[in-house]
Amino acid sequence: MDAPAAISFEAVTRAYGSGRPALDGVSFQVGSGEFLAVVGPSGSGKTTLLRLINRLAEPTGGTVRIGGEDAAALDPIALRRRVGYVFQGVGLFPHLTVAENIAITPKLLGWDGPRRAARAAELLALVRLPASYAPRFPHQLSGGERQRVGVARALAAEPRIVLMDEPFSALDALTRDALGDDYRRLHRDLGLTSVMITHDMLEALLLADRVVVLREGRLIADGAPADLMRRTDDPFLRELMQTPRRHAEKLAAFMAERAP
Amino acid sequence: MSDPRVAQALVQLPDYAGSHVRVAAIALGLGIALSLPLAFLCVRRPALRALALAATSLVQTIPGLALLALFYPLLLAAAALTERLFGVGFSALGLIPSVLALALYSMLPVLRNTVTGLMGIDPAVREAALGVGMTPRQSLWMVEWPLALPVIMGGVRTAAVWVIGTATLATPIGQTSLGNYIFTGLQTQNWVFVLVGCIAAAALALAVDQSLALMERGVAIRSRGRVIGGALGLLVIVSLAVVPTFARGGRGYVVGAKPFAEQYVLAALIARQLEANGLAANRREGLGSAVAFDALAAGDIDVYVDYTGTLWANEMKRSDIRPRDEVMAELSRWLDARGVLLLGGLGFENAYTLAMPRARAQALGIRTLDDLARVAPRLSIAGDYEFFGRPEWQALRAAYGLTFRAERTMQPEFMYPAVASGDVDVIAGYTSDGRIAQFGLQTIDDNRHAIPPYDAVILVSPKRRGDAALLNALRPLVGAIDVATMRDANLRAASETPDAVARWLRERTGR
Repeated sequence: MDAPAAISFEAVTRAYGSGRPALDGVSFQVGSGEFLAVVGPSGSGKTTLLRLINRLAEPTGGTVRIGGEDAAALDPIALRRRVGYVFQGVGLFPHLTVAENIAITPKLLGWDGPRRAARAAELLALVRLPASYAPRFPHQLSGGERQRVGVARALAAEPRIVLMDEPFSALDALTRDALGDDYRRLHRDLGLTSVMITHDMLEALLLADRVVVLREGRLIADGAPADLMRRTDDPFLRELMQTPRRHAEKLAAFMAERAP
Repeated sequence: MSDPRVAQALVQLPDYAGSHVRVAAIALGLGIALSLPLAFLCVRRPALRALALAATSLVQTIPGLALLALFYPLLLAAAALTERLFGVGFSALGLIPSVLALALYSMLPVLRNTVTGLMGIDPAVREAALGVGMTPRQSLWMVEWPLALPVIMGGVRTAAVWVIGTATLATPIGQTSLGNYIFTGLQTQNWVFVLVGCIAAAALALAVDQSLALMERGVAIRSRGRVIGGALGLLVIVSLAVVPTFARGGRGYVVGAKPFAEQYVLAALIARQLEANGLAANRREGLGSAVAFDALAAGDIDVYVDYTGTLWANEMKRSDIRPRDEVMAELSRWLDARGVLLLGGLGFENAYTLAMPRARAQALGIRTLDDLARVAPRLSIAGDYEFFGRPEWQALRAAYGLTFRAERTMQPEFMYPAVASGDVDVIAGYTSDGRIAQFGLQTIDDNRHAIPPYDAVILVSPKRRGDAALLNALRPLVGAIDVATMRDANLRAASETPDAVARWLRERTGR
């Protein structure tokens, strides 16, 4: 193995109090430029896993490495400024304009005003929003538009790593699809390493290069979408894959019927 | 509006309103400066939060007047301490105690709203602030504080209205405020003054509240115009009120007055006397009875009129009853040892005196208290709320063996009509009260001198006792007012302003 992985978890445990750990001895790696989806039901430890990457949470056991370095040795503030984060339910600052929201991390990094404005305009174009949105406030935008601003904010300081916590779950199917495709394009064009949390296996299979599955704090599967579709050994995993598989089969049958 | 008292009231408005705004603004500023950091500390410390909110709530339960009054002795002790430790004392009267008490009073709404505002912030927003790479301090200033600001402004508005209202109660501890109208008006039954004071304080509170409301709205919808508009409104109020105070310039001599009509008249008389001699004079009116003497001794006021019997009992802590001359001489020596100059008596006494309708007294053949004692068991007596608990009453009963058929307590306003109509036979009135003449009463001679003397005397502060210009100006007042003249003056004070009565007194006494 030549270059170190962008992110690596080595037997990472995160416990709160004396109950079952939120994350229990989890190990996996995310290669540079890879798009990883983390799938699991509510309470399976997905968000904890994501928070451990930019040190919004600290492991109680094991090691998290970013670019080969122990995250515990990095300055958490500096780390968060170079890792983009798209929050569940968007998390835009309601008192700041779209442009100010987008350029918040550059501001923290000390960029001057004109450079921040230029960067905000550039990102609005990148996430396919009109430039006229810059002076608006979040409450004046639709849900899909807000999520695009959330993505733009995560990308503003040119991070190599982007973390996304259920970024598209609150959106209607059409918007979700368009935004997913757009993000996939950005991921490729900007050479990002992306980690996306979702409870929607179909979304994970369609967007990600690789999928890891969490259940009750344990990692129970790790592989490319096609591999996971073929696995039948684990009943929980089989059930999880059943819905997308059935949809795919129905759709295939439907398409065949209609074929001339 | 043709009432001359309106014009007289308005003359004082720049001074009263200016002082009022000054004390309220400083107090509110101090209150906010204390509350905000405390609130920030409290947000993440539940124990401290509970303690701070409980403490400020407790302060709120203390009546405003009592809180202000409590700060006076507290500061007096503090001033004595700094005097001893550093050789520098400060005035325990007026601005400092008022500001401290009002600041304390303003803390609860600001503290509570700031804590509520900061704690009410969506945790997801706080998480996002950390997630984009803010330090906790940056999160506080860039996200939490601006989001909580509309709620905090609501607290500031409440505090501002409270402080402006409560500042009217700063008058008795020597802080000039719009309360001067109210206290003077109450004591001299000048309802125009009371009304002017109330309206001015309410208008001030309303104007400040609306300016702050404009700012609050501007903050909430991020309208810079509204914020600036509100700030300008506040600036105008503060400058309108403060400019004339500065323009007034030199302070001159400070004449004190306790909160009752006779004192207002005498303070006006002294001020006019000083001005007639080319000396500038300011008045600190409505000082609490105990506050006035301490204020003089500390040099916060330069001159005021007190009564020998009051000082004898309250300051010298004497309960024995001595002849008039002896009391005056002993008191003068005692004051001298404390640096205070007793310049001399004005010429009249304001003592308790038993009185009854002239015709009734003649019919019963009563001239002296010895005469009264013979028929007293068939008669009833009325006195004010304190009289039957005071040493004078004990002394009277002991000296003359007085026992009445009934003792009744009533408000002085009702006492005089009651004795005139025969509801009671005798009352314990005041020798300089104009109503003695008005109701055709006769005072009954205390032939055994059982009631301590209450000569009105002019007192001069230690720092002014060597001031020849002041003493020369005041000296003509010594012995100038006999009790009949003072009664007349007090009667007039019920329908005229103290200044008008003082003018009449000066004409009457030819000085």
